[in-house]
Amino acid sequence: MVESKNMAAVLVDGLTKRFGDFTAVDAISFEIKEGEIFGLLGPNGAGKTTAISMLSTLLEPTSGRALLNGIDIQNDQDGVRKAIGIVFQDQSLDEELTAWENMDFHGRLYRIPKVIREARIGEMLRLVELEDRQDSLVKTFSGGMRRRLEIARGLLHEPSVLFLDEPTLGLDPQTRNHLWEYIRNLNRRKGITIILTTHYMDEADRLCNRVAIIDRGRIVAMDTPANLKNRVGEDVVSITSPDADRIAGGITAPWILGAEQYDGQVIIRLQSAEDHLLELLRIIGGEGYTIRSISIRKPTLEDAFLHYTGREMRQEEAGAVDRMRMMMPRRN
Amino acid sequence: MDIIYTLWLRSMKRYLRSKSRIVGSLGMPFFFLLALGFGLNEVVQIPGSTGENYLQFLVPGIIAMAVLFTSVFSGIMIIWDKQFGFLKETLVAPVSRLEIMLGQTAGGATTAVIQGALILVLSLFIGLGIPTVQGFLIAFLFMTLIGICFAAFGIAIASKMEDMHGFQLIMNFVIFPIFGLSGALFPIASLPEWVIPLTLVNPLTYGVEGIRYGLLGTSAIPPLVCLAALGASTVVMIVVGAFLFRKASV
Repeated sequence: MVESKNMAAVLVDGLTKRFGDFTAVDAISFEIKEGEIFGLLGPNGAGKTTAISMLSTLLEPTSGRALLNGIDIQNDQDGVRKAIGIVFQDQSLDEELTAWENMDFHGRLYRIPKVIREARIGEMLRLVELEDRQDSLVKTFSGGMRRRLEIARGLLHEPSVLFLDEPTLGLDPQTRNHLWEYIRNLNRRKGITIILTTHYMDEADRLCNRVAIIDRGRIVAMDTPANLKNRVGEDVVSITSPDADRIAGGITAPWILGAEQYDGQVIIRLQSAEDHLLELLRIIGGEGYTIRSISIRKPTLEDAFLHYTGREMRQEEAGAVDRMRMMMPRRN
Repeated sequence: MDIIYTLWLRSMKRYLRSKSRIVGSLGMPFFFLLALGFGLNEVVQIPGSTGENYLQFLVPGIIAMAVLFTSVFSGIMIIWDKQFGFLKETLVAPVSRLEIMLGQTAGGATTAVIQGALILVLSLFIGLGIPTVQGFLIAFLFMTLIGICFAAFGIAIASKMEDMHGFQLIMNFVIFPIFGLSGALFPIASLPEWVIPLTLVNPLTYGVEGIRYGLLGTSAIPPLVCLAALGASTVVMIVVGAFLFRKASV
């Protein structure tokens, strides 16, 4: 195999997974450069975890091909497994073992020689600030500590690609911010390629260099978060007013794409809000309506998602896999 | 080998940490031993006995029981690992399924043999005569084989189970019959004729008789036959367990 400096860290071509009649992942293709943070963004049940499971060799693809560092996921499973680290969506620590023992177990499974293993466990635990809790049983850890430990464990064998499946699911905002900080630092300091799945728009927006919006098993858009948002092409102006319904009903202009009234608020979708704001106010003021407050919102990834899929993310029904997961007992 | 050791080490750590499990799983065999042993000792006369009383006859059966239940349970524990996600951590590592399965089997067998040994030691205090060193070794050999055989059996079952819901079913309709039809509580010869073939296809029968030979010096089945039959069953169980575990998904 020819190793080139610019080889894609991950190359996915037409990867597909079917369960019976249900196509969980439908011929997705993408390429991730070394050192990139790449996000798979989509609602629950969109096929993100299935895609990750295939790339990490836990699931056999129905068709298609994927290379990690040039290693084929079907021909050389062990080669891929050595090259990747993974933090699963659901916790995968042994709660009856201490943090150190969980790390040690992992190090032994990856056949890291003792001296290196012990040095590196210490180093990793310091990285995630768990060194003073290394001898505590994991069952005494909080959700955030467990996540950090899992990330430390995923990095122990120095993978070149790290998979993070919904890394901040169920964590409080403060812990999430903290984790994002870790992930960014890791990427910057170690140059690790990171693939993360998330259904949090802000997470994808803040962390990822590039995002693929995945819906019903298909990639519907893929670009930088900024470009994805720009391509939505519409801004939103919200006006609070006692005359909200009348404003919503009566307002028209060539650059106004739509107006809706909701709970004393008018939501107006329009092209480049900055250019048209003054005119908009003039129209509303001219009719004699009162304006209590006004705010301009640039499109978010949430809007981008709506734009590309025609549906709002949070209204998405849980997919089959998630329904199954909900039925299983969960511990947090 | 180091992978098998890694999984074994984890089993040992978990076992030694769960004091309640150690004591808890000793409870049932120990009370069986006390209730049946003392309750029936005066009543039951073992046909063709060479001097041992019912309590002494029962001890090997109860040791086998402790080993059986602990080993099957350890094998089925893989389902917990599946539910709590830990199994993924091992399955995504660059190790073979066979190594994982053998490691889990080794761990389960070891804990099972320790549980059996604890019953053996307790039995010494309630009337089991002290056997020879050789006898001890023979008993341990058979306990180990039972442990490996049924830990592998537990893994085979766990590979086919989705969650713990079927656990009770397995315990009541598979494990208890295996125990009941093993000659652990009564001599096989005293069973109705049509049941005897069932006991003879039951691997545990050979384990019980083997331990009985080690501890009491007598057995209904020649010890070498026991060794061959149980040894062969163990190999079959490992192969079946490894095959099913290879197919198991997370």
